[in-house]
Amino acid sequence: MIDKRVDNLQAALAGIRDGSVVMVGGFGAVGQPDFLVNGLAEQGARDLTIVANNAGWNRETGIPRLFDLGRVRKIVCSFPKNSPAFDDLFRVGRIELEIVPQGTLAERIRAGGAGIPAFYTPTGVGTPMAAGKEVRTFNGKDYLLEHGLRADVALIEAWRGDRWGNLSYRGSGRNFNPIMATAAQLTIAQVHEFPELGELEPDNVVTPGIFIHRIVKVVP
Amino acid sequence: MNPQAGFDRRAMAQRVARDIPEGWVVNLGIGLPTQICDLVSADREVIFHSENGILGMGPQPTPDQVDPWLVNAGKQAVTLRPGASLFHHADSFTMIRGGHLDLCVLGAFEVASNGDLANWTTDSNDKTPAVGGAMDLAVGARRLWVLMEHVTKKGQPRLVERCALPLTAPGVVKRVYTNLAVLEVIDRKFKVLDLAPGVTLKEVQNLTAAPVVS
Repeated sequence: MIDKRVDNLQAALAGIRDGSVVMVGGFGAVGQPDFLVNGLAEQGARDLTIVANNAGWNRETGIPRLFDLGRVRKIVCSFPKNSPAFDDLFRVGRIELEIVPQGTLAERIRAGGAGIPAFYTPTGVGTPMAAGKEVRTFNGKDYLLEHGLRADVALIEAWRGDRWGNLSYRGSGRNFNPIMATAAQLTIAQVHEFPELGELEPDNVVTPGIFIHRIVKVVP
Repeated sequence: MNPQAGFDRRAMAQRVARDIPEGWVVNLGIGLPTQICDLVSADREVIFHSENGILGMGPQPTPDQVDPWLVNAGKQAVTLRPGASLFHHADSFTMIRGGHLDLCVLGAFEVASNGDLANWTTDSNDKTPAVGGAMDLAVGARRLWVLMEHVTKKGQPRLVERCALPLTAPGVVKRVYTNLAVLEVIDRKFKVLDLAPGVTLKEVQNLTAAPVVS
């Protein structure tokens, strides 16, 4: 029997090592796997590189908590605004920031998950974002070379998930979660409901279980 | 200039809403452009896109309609209209970068008369740089309109011959809606399409650091 469900955070996060690259899903508070991220703060891995669209805001929870505990070496991010915990570290040069346009970030993750090492995009041509990047002309228009992104671990949130790891989402909670699920060595999903195998309509599965390694239910 | 002259912020957003034809798919940037969504009546079928994976955003929710699982690019609660769909970020930016949006309306710090857009960083050292989806939207949407105040809080023109701030994208802005006028970006000039109530062409020219023609 295949059963990817684990019944506690310790089991969900076991084996995450210092120095890991960790993708964290979410856009604003929606689809953000804070239950797992808070668990990672307890688990204690350090020297992390976080890949996430935002840098959080409320320093009590989620990514800002990892910042305050000094666990994060670098963040790869499109919009690190409104995060006092990030600002405090960034201002004194204690965290590295790789700023990436949001669509380039999404496509780098998609490409990483799809086995595509690099691609050309029009985004960022003629801006400071192009510094140091290869420019190539296709049909008279310039494009930047960008590289696919993979991670050691992806922490994601979905709404429902079965024991095979098939996932469905709610509202605008998909955002980066389905693509990050494809791009990591170890993908861990937090969900709000554990339907029985077969209860999720195959038509409505957004992330097929092939991408999921562990699944844990959020305890409020 | 008469201090009563010009559009207030709501009227600025309304002026843009008026010009969006039925049937267009439109992305609205964070800040003032977001308000445009509420100013197009539901019987006109304009499809609003949000970069975080929504097509078919409706008006702002009433307090009892708020769904904490449904937010727009500015992380504000939104509603879905009949016909709406939800998707992930790679699909969302496929729509954006792939040229599937008819229009994007963004705020800006500066717009140049050659269409250059600067709207992502003011480049001062103490601020955190944050780009979000602006660069993808600027190059990907079929049309880019800017909605912004005509001058800075200190009274400096935002419509210029050359942007001083780091660019979001070169040569992309087609039209600018300000509190004073609606201007087309054409032949390295700003061409006035419409003046706000009580505003003269001369006043617009005096507050613009690039050629303005009527």
